[in-house]
Amino acid sequence: MEQSTEMSGSKGAVRRPSATTGFWSWFTTVDHKKIGLMYGASSFIFFLIGGLEALVIRSQLASPDQHLVTAAQYNQIFTMHGLTMIFLFVMPMSAAFFNYLIPLMIGARDVAFPRLNAYSYWVFILGGLFLYSSWFLGGAPNGGWFGYPPNSTTDPSIGMTFYTLGLLITGIASSAGAVNLAVTIINMRAKGMTLFRMPIFIWMGLVVQFLLAFSLPIITVALVEMLFDRRFGTHFFDPTAGGDPVLWQHLFWLFGHPEVYILVLPAFGIFSEILPVFSRKPLFGYQFVAFSGIAIGFIGFGVWAHHMFAVGLGPVANTAFGVSTAIIAVPTGVKIFNWMATMARGDIHFDSPMLFAVGGIAMFVIGGLSGVTHSIVPADYQQTDTYYIVAHFHYVLFGGAIFGLFAAMYYWWPKVFGKLLSEPLGKIHFWLFVLGMNLTFGPMHILGLQGMIRRTYTYPATLGLTFYNRVASVGAFLIAFGVLVFIVNLVKTARKPRGLENEDPWDARTLEWMTSCPPPAHNFDVVPEVHALDEFWHRKYTTDERTGELVRIPAGGAPDDDPGHEASGRHPIHLPSPSFWPLVAAIGLPTIGYGILYSWYVVGAGAFFVLVGFMGWALEPSVAE
Amino acid sequence: MADVIADGHTAPAGTQEHETTTGLPSTKLAMWIFLASECLLFGALITTYLLYRGASRIGPYPNDVFDIPYTSVSSFVLLASSLTMVLAVAAAQKADLVRMRIWLLVTALLGMTFVAGQVYEFTSFSHEGLKLGTNLFGTTFYVLTGFHGLHVTVGIIMLLALTSFSQAGRLPDDGGFSVEMIGLYWHFVDIVWIVIFTVVYLIPTGPPAVK
Repeated sequence: MEQSTEMSGSKGAVRRPSATTGFWSWFTTVDHKKIGLMYGASSFIFFLIGGLEALVIRSQLASPDQHLVTAAQYNQIFTMHGLTMIFLFVMPMSAAFFNYLIPLMIGARDVAFPRLNAYSYWVFILGGLFLYSSWFLGGAPNGGWFGYPPNSTTDPSIGMTFYTLGLLITGIASSAGAVNLAVTIINMRAKGMTLFRMPIFIWMGLVVQFLLAFSLPIITVALVEMLFDRRFGTHFFDPTAGGDPVLWQHLFWLFGHPEVYILVLPAFGIFSEILPVFSRKPLFGYQFVAFSGIAIGFIGFGVWAHHMFAVGLGPVANTAFGVSTAIIAVPTGVKIFNWMATMARGDIHFDSPMLFAVGGIAMFVIGGLSGVTHSIVPADYQQTDTYYIVAHFHYVLFGGAIFGLFAAMYYWWPKVFGKLLSEPLGKIHFWLFVLGMNLTFGPMHILGLQGMIRRTYTYPATLGLTFYNRVASVGAFLIAFGVLVFIVNLVKTARKPRGLENEDPWDARTLEWMTSCPPPAHNFDVVPEVHALDEFWHRKYTTDERTGELVRIPAGGAPDDDPGHEASGRHPIHLPSPSFWPLVAAIGLPTIGYGILYSWYVVGAGAFFVLVGFMGWALEPSVAE
Repeated sequence: MADVIADGHTAPAGTQEHETTTGLPSTKLAMWIFLASECLLFGALITTYLLYRGASRIGPYPNDVFDIPYTSVSSFVLLASSLTMVLAVAAAQKADLVRMRIWLLVTALLGMTFVAGQVYEFTSFSHEGLKLGTNLFGTTFYVLTGFHGLHVTVGIIMLLALTSFSQAGRLPDDGGFSVEMIGLYWHFVDIVWIVIFTVVYLIPTGPPAVK
């Protein structure tokens, strides 16, 4: 297969390779943009499934004494809702944007290890399918997303074994992706793209990859220990043999709290990209925003026990973690003030991406404030395991992370597909989301303080919880309606012919807008040389020396106006060739998973796939001759 | 040739001129990040072992089953394999392919000796009544050392594959860079064993008698 894209002569004409199109090419692609698209499409489907699970939960709780689903089914549904939204939607959707945008924003032609990238995707999707296959094989996980033992280790159904194996598999995907993307950011930047000229989205990407690389191994160990307890009769979390269920809680939250930042820092990066563009001002305090992201990354490893205040760790531990929890609000607050200062006196344009970004920040602040109340240990005793907690983390994760991801979809949709999403529908979507989420999660604060325990299957009418539960259920359906509007928007946009009047529709600031929409397989005909933060902006605008006003540079900003790389541009660009080995090696993992559940022979078959996959991979040159 | 893609798994990033930002080959950077991540994996496993040290409700206890001289010998074998790995890397850098393959094979053989020793050890412990589910000691001991044994096994597979690929002439740069990368992994696994051996085998025997 001839895959190298030749740039012939001085005209820079690019012949697109034919073998990278067609249905089957998606199974062998190593192009970071296609892999990003696959991440995005798969995780959006999981978002819809997780959303349906949420609707079942809210329907069940809409009235007292309801029995729409059985208690056992309810346990499975809320567990899968959490697992799906965290591990199969927010994380991979962030990975989608990181995959697509990191090489474009730093001026690279692909990620550092394109085949490893494909491997990450296949492992993720197969792991997600593996987890969901549990519905048909004896029941889904039912112990909650943090699966506390001894409940989760003694439960007789097969669900929590699927939980351990499924999360181990998706964890491998995230670990491989983390190493890959971290190396890409550190090592693949264009000439002149110093660390402090990187967009904040890239900074947050780097912090997230390191958080993943250092927190996933911890939950890997916890999951292996739980798997062994469930499957092979060990006693890690078995108090009758001297084991300690609290060890699970420590290991889980030592992963679980950095995980919170893994979910929300991508959104912080997205906000930091969108606000300057739509305020037509540079990001206020760029270095502060970058460093506060790094600080969050570090402190994020030192606050885990605030999830465990009610466990009984003692006053010293509780006080220390209460203080560290209060401290981590500082770098987060720094970011909020930087964003507000960015907007201050800006020429603000409220297009859909900006609406979602500003709305997301506002919602996140509410969630952040209720988060600070958890750092007050005595108050937290009252809040632990109530709907107050549910309210809090949905404000930060739905309000922060998911608003951020939708802001990113509206903002980068023209970049990825060469078409703008409909603005009116985008605005309807936004207002439905804002209204819906506040109706859904706002009353949960009150429900929680009134003593409604999270994961409650149903409640009697005499408790007086009916009204706010009904409000929350109405809100959930408003959110669902918002998602429907978004899907209508996608369908309408898909029917439009491709092609933008202006390839830079938002008047953007960063490198990814210096190539066509969608970008060619090799990203840039000529990789731009970077001279400043917000390089693209500086190529388009200059400051009038007398009046101090921004002046547009005539004909500036065209992707090919920089002849700086003339010499290297004449060389052929060798793109990595498609490969099916990542898929082969990935198939081995869920096979091993099923084997551990059912038969050692199947484990052997899975190991064989892994071995053959990696051997084929090692023997195959990354670029076909 | 401006080969801008640094897929280090086969592209010989160490020898070819790659324009990486840091000047380090991407594969080497990736290996270091991976090993840093592995530190936390073994860190969590060793922490679990230490937390449960002495917490078993029933025997056999560590002192009942450990054969320190035996495990010392097999530990020495594993550590010796680090030396042969260094010799393989040195031979690869001198492009002495025959020596490189010999030292790779010797390293793999030493690794296999260690794993075989572990299998024998596990079997004999099992005969003495220490099984995975017997008590917390069995639980933590087998999972920790088993995880390490799995890492050694993966290393052996990589060494054998590397040797045979080199023999078949399938390594793009004579294998020098690949040998160095697998060497990094191999040394890491050895260093982890030093920690495990100390924590698991040497501590339960108590401090040496004070003169």
